[in-house]
Amino acid sequence: MTDRETFDRLAARFPAFELEFVEGTDPAVLVKGENLLELAQHMRDEEKYDFCSSVTAVDYPDRVELVYHLYSMTNEGGPAILKVHCNKEDPIAPSVVSIWTGANWHEREVWDLMGVRFDGHPDLRRILLWEGYEGHPLRKDFPGSEDEYIFS
Amino acid sequence: MTTLKTETFNLNMGPHHPSTHGVFQLKLTLDGETIVDVEPVVGYLHRNHEKIGEKNNWIQNTPFTDRLDYISPMNNEFAYVLAVEKLAGIEPPERAKYIRIIMVELNRIVNHLIAVGFLLNELGCFFTPMFYCLRWREMVVDLFEMTCGSRMMPNYFWIGGVSADLPEGFLPECKQLVSAFPGFLDELERLVTENEILQMRCKNVGVLPPEVATAFGCTGPLLRGSGVPYDVRRAEPYSIYDRFDFDIPVGTVGDVYDRYLVRIAEARQSVKIVEQALKDLPGGETATPKKKRFRPPEGDIYHRTEAPKGELGFYLVSDGSENPYRYRIRVPSFVNLQALPHMCRGHKIADVVVVIGSIDITMGEVDR
Amino acid sequence: MQSIQGILEFFDQIFVNLSFWFSSQLANYLPDWAVTFVMMLATVLVLVVFGLASIIWINIFERKVIGRFQDRYGPNRFGPWGLLQCVADMVKLLTKEDVTPSKADRLIFNLAAIVPIVPTFLVLAVLPFGRGMVAADLNIGFLYIVAVGSLGTIGIFMAGWSSNNKYSVLGGMRTVAQMISYEIPMVLSVVGVLLLVGSLSMVSIVDAQGEWRLPFVVLQPLAFVLYFTAAIAEVNRSPFDLPEGESEIVAGYHIEYSGIKFAMFLLAEYINAFSICAIATTLFLGGWRGPVLPSWAWFFLKTYGLYVILIWLRGTLPRLRVDQLMDFAWKTLVPLALTNILLTALVAKLVPAHSLVGAAVFLGVNVLVIAAIAVFKYPRRKREKREVVLVHKPATPEARSS
Repeated sequence: MTDRETFDRLAARFPAFELEFVEGTDPAVLVKGENLLELAQHMRDEEKYDFCSSVTAVDYPDRVELVYHLYSMTNEGGPAILKVHCNKEDPIAPSVVSIWTGANWHEREVWDLMGVRFDGHPDLRRILLWEGYEGHPLRKDFPGSEDEYIFS
Repeated sequence: MTTLKTETFNLNMGPHHPSTHGVFQLKLTLDGETIVDVEPVVGYLHRNHEKIGEKNNWIQNTPFTDRLDYISPMNNEFAYVLAVEKLAGIEPPERAKYIRIIMVELNRIVNHLIAVGFLLNELGCFFTPMFYCLRWREMVVDLFEMTCGSRMMPNYFWIGGVSADLPEGFLPECKQLVSAFPGFLDELERLVTENEILQMRCKNVGVLPPEVATAFGCTGPLLRGSGVPYDVRRAEPYSIYDRFDFDIPVGTVGDVYDRYLVRIAEARQSVKIVEQALKDLPGGETATPKKKRFRPPEGDIYHRTEAPKGELGFYLVSDGSENPYRYRIRVPSFVNLQALPHMCRGHKIADVVVVIGSIDITMGEVDR
Repeated sequence: MQSIQGILEFFDQIFVNLSFWFSSQLANYLPDWAVTFVMMLATVLVLVVFGLASIIWINIFERKVIGRFQDRYGPNRFGPWGLLQCVADMVKLLTKEDVTPSKADRLIFNLAAIVPIVPTFLVLAVLPFGRGMVAADLNIGFLYIVAVGSLGTIGIFMAGWSSNNKYSVLGGMRTVAQMISYEIPMVLSVVGVLLLVGSLSMVSIVDAQGEWRLPFVVLQPLAFVLYFTAAIAEVNRSPFDLPEGESEIVAGYHIEYSGIKFAMFLLAEYINAFSICAIATTLFLGGWRGPVLPSWAWFFLKTYGLYVILIWLRGTLPRLRVDQLMDFAWKTLVPLALTNILLTALVAKLVPAHSLVGAAVFLGVNVLVIAAIAVFKYPRRKREKREVVLVHKPATPEARSS
């Protein structure tokens, strides 16, 4: 969870980015897609968040939300969470592979299962499903999602 | 003297292979016996776990997580149950917390034994160390069977506690196992660690420098073998780990031999934790009262634990209904496997198998 | 006393007397040349049948001993104590479908199944199984063994190449490199023994050990260890079984063979392992010499004793990588073998032949060499010992979840 302090620091550093603070059990920083790379670079270099734990996507009714969980090896503690909103028709976001090499397979998985394209990714291919598979299964509008399981 | 024109050739260590730890393909580009490039291809065991997780309700997902890393199922259940409890704000009773720690640490011992046994098997010891390690796994798995009825897919944890209390014979048998276990580790070390052929095969093979490991996002014995003392149980303590006294074994060079030593040392530390937990085990009930339908409040949460293979995290999004809206698992083997090409370049074919054995992957996790 | 002597003599020469009786029976019906011819055929038949039949007990012996090393019983379902397991295996292999890959080179593929097994039987012809029980007492005995034994390499390479499979080619290449490299220390380490004996014939080597009244392992312990190690690498047994490295290249050169052809490779491997134990017994352990028991009993006891050591090594040691294998052969075994020849020649000149004093000097020189190696290696191993660092971190960030 990102502290209020971290958010204030980031907001003061990058006033042009219009960062928002998302409340909840795990507070996060909402950043726009085009500003993501610079903010990520700042997070890694200045704030020492050098360990990118996971890159996920969630398919909400009005948007596709990318969630980045960042940790610091040196100052241990909770994560810094970045969220990016993409539109549903053609979700596209910059790739952070140049900043954290480990995000490579995470982004491939997000492309494979959710359909979010990453700009600047060296090798954006399907990873868990085979080449030539049509569709992105984790989307809520994937055929078969509306099947009901019957539990007694 | 003209130079000889040589070409690289591609070898496919395909999905059917005795030592790729499951169905997992490696495309090797070789120059003679030296490796120029490795490309792992995963996805042969993809079972669409995350989508099915969205169809199950919150309670049904607990046994479903057993199927992820089937060698240490207790850890998967633990991570999921902790995440849901954090989201819903439920606090299990004290006895349940201690029982959970005992089960999880016993499972860590099992996992490290299997990892070491299979690593030695791939080195060519022809199953002998594997049988030694599996003999001790049998004793731990007997304890599991005594408690929850099943050896491998325990289905033991509940959201709010554990499903059954420890049976009569558990405590004396567990104490006996825990007191005899360091002796077995000593025997294994005496037989194997100083072996010259093992040292020749494992030292300076598959070296992973600490900066590269951090950049790739590796965790677990892979990271600690490279010299970074990062353990989620100490970096962001969860459950009651802050009450126990244990050390973090850290390697120096970051090769296969270091990871092997780190795993054996971690097994010893787990035995220490189990001893402390057995000593302090309080009485009381083992689960909060269950509701018929479980609806956590809205919100999202990411909770991570230290599974034996690395950092296992669950990202859960709830929309207030009985099914998760998004059920995402951050799996350690999937992320650790990205470091494989870096570790294998310049080595021989025989080393690839050894390096995969030292990363310790389970395809059930990687492909979900 | 005389009667006990007579009984022992009877058992000792039982097979020799049997063959004499048989040939004398034949002489009643056939002319001389035919008797010789039939006796030669009978000897060949006995050797071949012995080789094939010994697979049965060697295989089950190996599997049970390895099972015991691994804290389990070996096969114990089929037959009393599992003794008929090999019969079950052979029936299974014989009834399996014989698959030939479509792009494989058919002629070479089929020939390669036969080629490794022929030299192994040829080697059995010069081994003295007992007093007076040798099929052919060639006066170039050991040279014949070396020459014929290395023909097996061609068969393995043929198998690897003709299978049209990258794994087989890798296995085949590795085999050729390994077997050719290990021929040299194997032969060089025996030269010391040949210097002491003065002849290449296997029978005279055993006789010479009688004249010294000591087995050559006492006079040449270093050569024994070198020969045994190099011979294990020759026959592709663990820890040198890289050509059929099960975990990397999945059975290497015989990956495409099934059924009876695969059984041929297995047979060749087992009989080869038996042969090198038999050769080591003859050269270093005194062959069939020994008190009380019949000579052939001593021979088999010593051979199977060495075979247990082979099984022990297989169950315990990890496998060497291919470049480490070659380093070991060329940089360790060959210099040691050459040193052994030099020292043996030197001491043999200075010391009276067939004397206990000479034996003691030989033993002393060998012990000195081994001690020098140990002194050289031991401090380096102690310096390179590696341990993990235990980092104790306090749990200061408080637990934030239940």
